Amino acid sequence: MNRAKIFVFTFIVLHSSVSIPQVISVAPEYEERYEHLLSELRCLVCQNQTVAESPADLSNDLRIEVKEMLERGATDQEILKFMSDRYGDFVLYNPPVKPRTYLLWIGPFLLLAGGLITALMLVKRRSMDITDNELNDKDRQRLKDLLDEDINTKMK
Amino acid sequence: MIRFLIPVLLFLILTGFLFVGLYKDPSLIPSPLIGKPIPTFATSTLRDPGKIISDKDIQGDYALINVWATWCAACKQEHAALVYLASQLQVPIYGLNYKDDRGAAINWLKQYGDPYVINIFDENGRIGIDFGVYGAPETFLIDSKGIIQHKLVGVMTPDVWEKQFMPKINQITAALQ
Repeated sequence: MNRAKIFVFTFIVLHSSVSIPQVISVAPEYEERYEHLLSELRCLVCQNQTVAESPADLSNDLRIEVKEMLERGATDQEILKFMSDRYGDFVLYNPPVKPRTYLLWIGPFLLLAGGLITALMLVKRRSMDITDNELNDKDRQRLKDLLDEDINTKMK
Repeated sequence: MIRFLIPVLLFLILTGFLFVGLYKDPSLIPSPLIGKPIPTFATSTLRDPGKIISDKDIQGDYALINVWATWCAACKQEHAALVYLASQLQVPIYGLNYKDDRGAAINWLKQYGDPYVINIFDENGRIGIDFGVYGAPETFLIDSKGIIQHKLVGVMTPDVWEKQFMPKINQITAALQ
């Protein structure tokens, strides 16, 4: 029993140590841009991780590619374009604005606008209900007549 | 009446989008390379470190470029299908041996048969990046001008060949005549 526990524990520890992304040292002057670029790129293999976090072999290759491009003097734009030319917009965590992604970008605002319009309509309808409670001239006249009638009957 | 129909309609549209999304495979990433020429490269061949192969050497009315490696389990799974395509159907298949060990790869071909016209030896995976490779095996269909016409991510099978590759190849050969 004890031995089995130790085995399982060792197995887990060994396995978790494997899934740490390999660290690539970058010259200090590029470090900030390097970190930023890696956090903008999606790992193609494990799709819910950035290239910075991913232990996948391909992500490691892409980190090396980014580092080398930085050292060759490429701009951030050029590096992101290099990646999307090969892997499509999918590799970018920030999808570019183009016809295919219009809905993605304006969708939330459309939903917000729809919600606001609905809310405004509800508020307006409610305030109309309230104004409806006010008496118009005809009602006023009738009320007056009723009251008069009442007073008249009591007076009798 | 319309007041009730609008939310119902919106609900149906949203449900439609979500429903379609359910059946999409999120691991399939559409390649931006389709319709574009294959990336340029020049590297040694798998069998002969002294011999250089470049993108210009990939020729034929159409050809396949198959990304494979000995460490890739699914590549073993599709290997028999590739051997069949090459020997029985005379399909020209170029190999892109991706991040592999030269000796192990040559051994593999000896052991399981060699369906490849020639193999590009991509030791550090740099050519793979240019091809947008993200998971071996991958298979590209190239036309006579070196334009990528189709890409398969995953295992080649007779069924995939029939359904995905044959129609494209028929298009390519029809365009040539």
